[in-house]
Amino acid sequence: MLLNQFLLLGAVLFSIGVYGVLVRRNGVLVLMSIELILNAVNINLIAFGAYNESLSGQVFALFVIAVAAAEVGVGLAIVLLLYRNRQNIDLDDVSSMRG
Amino acid sequence: MIAQNIAFGIIAASATFGALKLVTTRNVVHAALWLVVVLASVGASFLLVGAEFVGVTQFLVYIGAVVVLFLFGTMLTRAPIGKLGGLTSARWWVGLVVAVPLFALLAYALLDAFGDEELPSDALPQRTADVSDSIFGTYLIPFEVMGLLLTAALTGAIVLARKE
Repeated sequence: MLLNQFLLLGAVLFSIGVYGVLVRRNGVLVLMSIELILNAVNINLIAFGAYNESLSGQVFALFVIAVAAAEVGVGLAIVLLLYRNRQNIDLDDVSSMRG
Repeated sequence: MIAQNIAFGIIAASATFGALKLVTTRNVVHAALWLVVVLASVGASFLLVGAEFVGVTQFLVYIGAVVVLFLFGTMLTRAPIGKLGGLTSARWWVGLVVAVPLFALLAYALLDAFGDEELPSDALPQRTADVSDSIFGTYLIPFEVMGLLLTAALTGAIVLARKE
C-alpha cells in the first residue's frame, strides 16, 4: 500500500470537515464536523507511524482521541447552555460579542 | 497486497461518502448516524495498517461514547427529529471556495512530497503490549497530563451544564 493513499484520505476528510465547520449553522453539526477534522489528523498520525515503523504515531493518535472526547464534552455543554439561554442553537444568531 | 488495496478502496469510498452526507444532510439524527459510518471506516483503516489498539479504541470511544453524546446533545437541545431547513448557511458556496482549493493544495503537496513511497509491506500488527510500554514509558508525563485534562474538561462541562 502507498503511504499517499492514507494521506489523501486524510486530506479528503479534512477538507470536508472544514467545509462543514464553515457552512453549518447548527452547533451540534459544527461539532460533528470538527470530529471529522480530528479523524483526518489521526489517519495521518497512524500512516506516518506505520511508515516510520514507530509506535509514537499510535500514542499520539490515542492522545488526540482523548482530547477529542474532552472537546465534545465541553462543546456540547456550551451548546446546551446556548440552548437554555436563547432557545435555539443557530450559530449565526450568536453575535452579541461582535464589535 | 491486492486484497489490502481492495479493502482500502472500500474504506475510502465509505468514509468519503459518509463525510459528504454528514455535511449535507438536513436531518441532525441522520448526521450522527453518518458520523458512525465515517468513524467506523477510519477505525477499519487503522486495523488495515496493523494499529489494532488504536482501531479498537476508535470503535469503543468514538462510536460507543462520542456518538451517544451527540445524540444526547441533539435530544437535549430539542432539535426537531426529521427534515429541517436552515441547518446550512445560505452562503454555502463560501465553504466550497475554501474547501476545494484547500484539498487541491494538500493533494498537490502530498503527491509532490510522497509520490510513490510504500508503507513497509511486512507490517505485522503492532503488539498492544508495545504500545502500552510506549505510553507508560516514553510518554508517561503526557499521559498523566491527559488524565488531568480529561478531569478538568468533564468538571468544566458539569459546571457549565448544571442548573443554577
